[in-house]
Amino acid sequence: MASLNEFLFVSGLVFAIGLAGVILRRNIIVIFMCLELMLAAASLTLVAFSRFHLKDGLPDYNGQVFVFFIITVAAAEVAVGLAIIVALYRARQTINVEDLTSMRG
Amino acid sequence: MDTLNTLPFYLFAFLSVAGGILLVALRNPVSSALAMVLSFVGLAGLFIGLNAYFVGIVQVLVYAGAIMVLFIFIIMLLDLNDEENVKFRSSSVLAGIIIPLLLLAQVLGVIQAGHQGEEAEFKKIDRASMKVSAEKFVRNDGDGKALPLSEQSAIYKSLTHEKSPKLPDTNLIGHTIFKSYNFPLQVMGALLLVATIGVVVLSKRSNKQAPSES
Repeated sequence: MASLNEFLFVSGLVFAIGLAGVILRRNIIVIFMCLELMLAAASLTLVAFSRFHLKDGLPDYNGQVFVFFIITVAAAEVAVGLAIIVALYRARQTINVEDLTSMRG
Repeated sequence: MDTLNTLPFYLFAFLSVAGGILLVALRNPVSSALAMVLSFVGLAGLFIGLNAYFVGIVQVLVYAGAIMVLFIFIIMLLDLNDEENVKFRSSSVLAGIIIPLLLLAQVLGVIQAGHQGEEAEFKKIDRASMKVSAEKFVRNDGDGKALPLSEQSAIYKSLTHEKSPKLPDTNLIGHTIFKSYNFPLQVMGALLLVATIGVVVLSKRSNKQAPSES
């Protein structure tokens, strides 16, 4: 089995890719997908530590319950976020973040 | 034995990283959504490799199923296909490469400072350790929060099965949720309800707008 460090590295790599997408892309839906990718990468760290830190010979299930809650919150967040994007598109006819500058002040 | 276990790890790690890169690199939002699914399936494979079967399956069902469909539905609804001619600005490309690289360097530094070599290997979950934990569940000499499990319970039976003891992953997660996380679970239910109402309110067209705009 691969060691803990390799799992942590993969998690960090996927998180960094998601961050790069959030900074680079101009399409707000793709930015939202990259945010989801970052959430899932963080979950991988939680599951890896849950398996690494055995409690009485079993994985520490507190970590996996936390991942379960993260997935639930992410699902709710996607539903609300996409509804906001649709409302935004109705109001402005664009989802390019460079055209959405009314909060710049 | 060792290569048997590490090969799927590299396969799924490659899948999740490649999916992430495609998600960022592809110009068409629909292709990006499909690349995101690839990445999530890779991550789910890694979860299953870590004996977290329930979380892996939920990851596939929720992310690769429900959330992907929602994304594709919205992309199709908004009908976006004019991103091919958008040029990235050089300043944002620079920031988008340097900041994640800095983060990655930091992660590597933290990993270097942590467990190394033999210490960082995962311990095996075998018949003996499962037997020990099953006895512990029946005696319940951990925290005094819950009643001890009976020897007829599914968790005990599965952990001490004579021929093929299995890790009753889903039962144990359910046990943990309802024993230690009962209140957060109810808060989560309220959150889902609020999110549902919020989505309905947000996507309802206000009456003041002209009906011609569709």
